[in-house]
Amino acid sequence: MPNIQELEDFVTQVRRDILRQVHKVNSGHPGGSLGCAEFFTALYQDVMDYNSDFDMNGIEEDLFFLSNGHISPVFYSVLSRSGFFPVEELNTFRLINSRLQGHPTTHEGLPGIRIASGSLGQGLSVAIGAAEAKKLNKDSHIVYTLHGDGELQEGQNWEAIMYAAGNKIDNLISTVDVNGQQIDGATDHVLPMGNLKAKFEAFGWDVLEVKDGNDISKVIEGLNEAKSRTGKGKPVCILMTTVMGHGVDFMMHTHKWHGVAPNDEQLENALAQNPETLGDY
Amino acid sequence: MKKYTNTGNKDTRSGFGAGLTELGKSNENVVALCADLTGSLKMDDFKKNHPERFFQIGIAEANMIGIAAGMTIGGKIPFTGTFANFSTGRVYDQIRQSIAYSDKNVKICASHAGVTLGEDGATHQILEDIGLMKMLPGMTVINTCDYNQTKAATLAIADFEGPVYLRFGRPKVANFTPEDGKFEIGKAVNLTEGTDVTIIATGHLVWEALKAAEELNEKGISAEVINIHTIKPLDEQAILASVKKTGCVVTAEEHNFLGGLGESVSRTLVENFPAPQEFVATKDTFGESGTPEQLMEKYGLNAEAIVKASEKVLKRK
Repeated sequence: MPNIQELEDFVTQVRRDILRQVHKVNSGHPGGSLGCAEFFTALYQDVMDYNSDFDMNGIEEDLFFLSNGHISPVFYSVLSRSGFFPVEELNTFRLINSRLQGHPTTHEGLPGIRIASGSLGQGLSVAIGAAEAKKLNKDSHIVYTLHGDGELQEGQNWEAIMYAAGNKIDNLISTVDVNGQQIDGATDHVLPMGNLKAKFEAFGWDVLEVKDGNDISKVIEGLNEAKSRTGKGKPVCILMTTVMGHGVDFMMHTHKWHGVAPNDEQLENALAQNPETLGDY
Repeated sequence: MKKYTNTGNKDTRSGFGAGLTELGKSNENVVALCADLTGSLKMDDFKKNHPERFFQIGIAEANMIGIAAGMTIGGKIPFTGTFANFSTGRVYDQIRQSIAYSDKNVKICASHAGVTLGEDGATHQILEDIGLMKMLPGMTVINTCDYNQTKAATLAIADFEGPVYLRFGRPKVANFTPEDGKFEIGKAVNLTEGTDVTIIATGHLVWEALKAAEELNEKGISAEVINIHTIKPLDEQAILASVKKTGCVVTAEEHNFLGGLGESVSRTLVENFPAPQEFVATKDTFGESGTPEQLMEKYGLNAEAIVKASEKVLKRK
């Protein structure tokens, strides 16, 4: 396991990558991406057992599915820096003829992506299918997912949440990024979702909370705890509280940077708050 | 004129069930998913013989489509089963993103298509599904005509890599294609040879087309009947070869004339060999309750309608 300083340096570089990707094409979703930099780093730099020599079937590997595909900048940064494809390819984010589409897709053959996502609410069902296939294959590895909190407003999630508990899909760890924001404003204003912990528990999930999803040691601790709870007849949910826009002071605690790129001046300011660590692409 | 014998009425959905049962034995990667319609889809045998490979999803079709997509990751070949309406329109975006755009090897198997679902009425009688599915890039669309062909198609799609929409129906209809016949995806089947008019039919309308051809024959009109079981990819060569000979065409399908087989044939002709065409199909309408026969008659989907359309198109040559 890399030490915490190394992981934090990785996170800082990922933040730079996110900001530079969206700035270059003046589009994309920096807010949620920045908020999940620790989570992706923890998964791909510490927690998951995977092969960066990508194979779609992922037999005898842990799998990860991103359901809220709009936070592709953080996914692309972490995949490239974990060896799935050249880091320089981040330069092609959202450009024509690129494998780095606005939302992740398998269609262009980008290593590391196993399903298209972007239209919200579909990732949990797909992950359940992959988890069922692992059970059939007697493969004891784990399937991980990430969902936005606002995304849970999509009804398909609740079909999947019901199925996973009812069918004891206990090789599944689903994390909800609880940042309390969505495009139109705070989730509490757009469509209040009530007590998510109580809801997941009522459906039969084992739920744990990570109160500071922007503290990488807390995220790793939470994921390891979740791992220890797999194989016990219940799917595991992590409610992970993060701050949208984390790491860039003027992007934090607001929904305004959900889908807006910084201008030149804002980029300079934001990058100054996240100094280069592993080397820019 | 070549004659075909009905070896006894059978439902196409039972052909699907029989095919799935066989696949259970022959292909261990085949898994079956159902959204609370196991009996209607004739999936009971598969469920009984392979409980570990049968997944009861409950009344949650969107989740079923997603789970099926996920199961391909790990090498499974999922067959989903529910009514055509709930297999397509209800879950269009799930199919679009998680299956078609994601290039997943899922077989979407849809029963009770069209008006012949009967008494349940328009909420369940989808007449738009061929259009919905054929518009998805990469999706293969198959609509089989009888029990034997549905069984053969079910076996064939398991060996084919890529997403498939397999459409069949509820009522017992004539079973006339060969038992254990080979099913070639994308290959039209010429049923009768003729020189005056080409009748291109799919699904339940194929038998009606054969009956129409006999009637036309008695009137001195020579009809060439083509069974198009695969609507996408369309066997354009077979269509063009026939229409170049006859100079006109009638298309027949249990589907809306907007977006169905007929429009695919029209496009092929317009691009290559423009010729008069008549459409035996529903005309931008919903269905209603009734018996299958009553509905086929009311919505102009039977041999009589094909004969009329043939006579009309002949005059336009």
